[in-house]
Amino acid sequence: MSAVLNGATFFAIGCFVLAMVLALLRLLRGPAAQDRVLALDFIYVNGMLTVLVLGIRDASQLYFEAALLMALFGFVGSATMAKFLLRGEAIE
Amino acid sequence: MSTAPAWVEFFVAALLVVAGLLSVVAALGLVRLRSFFQRMHPPALASTCATWAVAVASTVFFSELDGDLRLQAWLIPMLLSITSPVTAVLLARTALFRARQHGDEVPEPLPGDAP
Repeated sequence: MSAVLNGATFFAIGCFVLAMVLALLRLLRGPAAQDRVLALDFIYVNGMLTVLVLGIRDASQLYFEAALLMALFGFVGSATMAKFLLRGEAIE
Repeated sequence: MSTAPAWVEFFVAALLVVAGLLSVVAALGLVRLRSFFQRMHPPALASTCATWAVAVASTVFFSELDGDLRLQAWLIPMLLSITSPVTAVLLARTALFRARQHGDEVPEPLPGDAP
């Protein structure tokens, strides 16, 4: 791992964490429930990208499966919450 | 330590930096835009461009590391390209529904459209 790649992974992870903190502001501030769901979906995507970059940093393929599961369950959670806000129940 | 050629490391590093910057731009949009229908757009930047950049970086890095083509990281942007429009449409319908319940100025439902 060269210094360039090390610095780039560090920078990318820092950017993703900064983006998650900014999205957390939106999640806490609202104002509507759908804003919070959108912010949580964005935090999921950024967490998944962080895991992928950690995989490059450690040169390990194991992180990929965790990232795939995060993408999948992030979608399930966001879609269920949006459905709940639309109908008042998650499963019809 | 790894013996990757310099251009591979620079390419992967550039893609990772671009992905990080795109993600921060999307987060700034999420915080700063004024209405929900405007705020729906920035997260797509993270779930398309940034995810593709990280997936291509991962593909190049692991292909070089293993000396063989490793394309499985592309599954993630492919999955997101199917799932994120579903989430976006559901959230947009939610926002429209709740705005109509609230009596805000939003377009009327189309004839024959489900409520």
